[in-house]
Amino acid sequence: MRRIISILMENEAGALSRIVGLFSQRGYNIDSLTVAPTDDESLSRLTLTTEGDEGTIEQITKQLNKLVEVVKLVDLTEGAHLERELMLIKLKAVGAQRAELKRTTDIFRGQIVDVTSTLYTIQLAGTSDKLDAFVEAVNGVPIVEVVRSGVSGLGRGDKVLSL
Amino acid sequence: MELLSGADILIRSLADEGVDVIFGYPGGAALHIYDALYRQKAVEHILVRHEQAATHMADGYARVTGRVGTVLVTSGPGATNTITGIATAYMDSIPMVVISGQVQSHLIGGDAFQETDMVGVSRPIVKHSFLVKKAEDIALTIKKAFYIARTGRPGPVVVDVPKDITNPANLFEYRYPSSVKMRSYTPVLRGHAGQIKKATEEILNAKRPIIYAGGGVVQGNASELLRDLVHSLGCPVTSTLMGLGCIDSADKQYLGMLGMHGTYEANNAMHNADLILAVGARFDDRVTNDPEKFCPGARIIHIDIDPASISKTVRADIPIVGPVEQVLTDMIEAVKQLNIVPDKTAQDAWWKTIEEWREIDCLAIKPTESPLMRPQQVVEMLSKVTNGDAIVTSDVGQHQMFAALYYKYNRPRQWINSGGLGTMGFGLPAAMGAKMAFPDANVVCVTGEGSIQMNIQELSTCKQYNLPIKIININNQALGMVKQWQDLHYEKRHSHSYMDSLPDFIKLAEAYGHVGIRVDRYEDLEAAMIECFSMKDKLVFMDIYVDPNEHVYPMQVAGGTIKDMVLSKAEGS
Ligand SMILES: Cc1ncc(C[n+]2csc(CCOP(=O)(O)OP(=O)(O)O)c2C)c(N)n1
Ligand SMILES: [Mg+2]
Repeated sequence: MRRIISILMENEAGALSRIVGLFSQRGYNIDSLTVAPTDDESLSRLTLTTEGDEGTIEQITKQLNKLVEVVKLVDLTEGAHLERELMLIKLKAVGAQRAELKRTTDIFRGQIVDVTSTLYTIQLAGTSDKLDAFVEAVNGVPIVEVVRSGVSGLGRGDKVLSL
Repeated sequence: MELLSGADILIRSLADEGVDVIFGYPGGAALHIYDALYRQKAVEHILVRHEQAATHMADGYARVTGRVGTVLVTSGPGATNTITGIATAYMDSIPMVVISGQVQSHLIGGDAFQETDMVGVSRPIVKHSFLVKKAEDIALTIKKAFYIARTGRPGPVVVDVPKDITNPANLFEYRYPSSVKMRSYTPVLRGHAGQIKKATEEILNAKRPIIYAGGGVVQGNASELLRDLVHSLGCPVTSTLMGLGCIDSADKQYLGMLGMHGTYEANNAMHNADLILAVGARFDDRVTNDPEKFCPGARIIHIDIDPASISKTVRADIPIVGPVEQVLTDMIEAVKQLNIVPDKTAQDAWWKTIEEWREIDCLAIKPTESPLMRPQQVVEMLSKVTNGDAIVTSDVGQHQMFAALYYKYNRPRQWINSGGLGTMGFGLPAAMGAKMAFPDANVVCVTGEGSIQMNIQELSTCKQYNLPIKIININNQALGMVKQWQDLHYEKRHSHSYMDSLPDFIKLAEAYGHVGIRVDRYEDLEAAMIECFSMKDKLVFMDIYVDPNEHVYPMQVAGGTIKDMVLSKAEGS
């Protein structure tokens, strides 16, 4: 099962390598990873997605919690949550395809953020599924380049991950 | 406030932390620190002959005392030489702080002379590590390092110190913090009261209960409490390799060690139990055999300080996360409070079955055709001559299992071995660390001719610091444990498990300034051992030649249940 684990950690050199190292050391997968400082300068927020059965996820969260630099963590997939991923995708856009691409982008509430005579660069935010669906929808249009941010997210409503 | 250099701050911090001895080896990046050591008396430094041995000495010191073992080395090769020792301590949850010199801050990352990314190299085998950035941080970092190493589930901590911040030319205010708090590190202090009550009820209502005690009982200083609980419940108890001594081996309720080379009665009692109380043990693969087939009829209660140890390999029905000492205290209280009378008939029947298993007498030394001395006899004799009272360290191999099975341990912290990592070369330096801590105790290293050669250079350190330990080299002229597996699983193809051209260990011991005694016949063993232990102020190296074809039994059959085991060579082949 796919899980989104969000971690509040000390904003210190080496903290990230410890977390990433834990995954490779213990044979767990990281499918995506994003990390950035928070409003509190001393803390970073890291969000990763991983796959595993219940036992594996339990071990992953327990082992992560043991890392000295991990302050708190939450498995967002355990409850209602928001998740967002950003994608920039550069597509070959010539002739009739230009109008078609524009329409599809509108439907997905994306934006064309850069244009050349033969290319569109489209920006899209949403769940990973939505981004996948967009790539599916433009099937046939040659993709020149894709960059995705990895998932970040937080719990819905009152649920917060903070000190 | 006092003004001190970074190097002096480091050593003063150690002294203020209560460190009385540090095991180490100097080099370029650590020279300022070594100069600071020279200027003081509070911290004694033991100069080893190889940095790996320094870590095992600190480890041995930590295991016998329960205090944090401390190591000081230089950067690069000095630091990398500690890796095996750090990994050994990590696997057995031993509190240790390793301070490594590092190249100057501005050179880091530039492949400078003797530069190694110590924090990176050690990362998977430490509880935590620090690269100190400025001299002002040294005192607090040392405080944190010892706090982390010692609390919760103990483990090794690395502190990497760049040379420039120890520069004697720069002075800083020194104040050693009296306590430390870290928002991201908060070890559990109490087990859940509701869980403890529920667990106690289940234990009291069980028909075939057993207590499975591990190294956490020793580490958590809970052996007395465990004994109290065992006696108040009247149930059987078994111990892991790491837990030996937490129960007196003479205790009637004690079934001996369990697991791969465990006793018939211990493994059978586990398999047939309806309730297992695991205390500070981690269901290691050397205990469970195939975890899928592990103790099918048992409810499992698991007490551990580390939540990640619970339900890792075997699912616990009642998990209790907390310090063993506190949880057992509350459990003993709960036994008194709860008005539950255990089912006497069931308990009697349970003990009757156990006694039948016991009667098999799986550790009896079975006669063979060979006239040669048996390794088991050596350990039995050692136990007799030392009254079962020595501190025994071991290396890794057949001799380790014989030392575990045939010595009669009576107290915690008496049996010291590398259980988790299985590090050959551990025994001698660990014995030295133990002897440093308890100069008046008999300290014995039971080893093999393979293992002893992995840190034999420390005989020189023993001479320098006058450490009169006793070395019992069970010489089977082979990497016996490897050979045993080759006998059993590789049709006796002894690929590189023979030791050709063994040194003359007697001359070797003498060359280092010690005494050597060789024994070939069992008839001579007792007198020779008595002589060995009569030389109180001498290191004696006993080179004891034994049957090279002996196997360790009992032995589990791989892939089976915990109780699927072979009891003798005849049965095994
Ligand atoms: C550093 C290290 N290398 C290799 C091994 C694998 N190993 C386990 S037991 C053993 C043989 C040990 O021989 P010896 O010390 O003579 O003990 P014996 O089994 O003969 O009693 C070996 C090679 C190990 N445990 N540690
Ligand atoms: Mg041998």
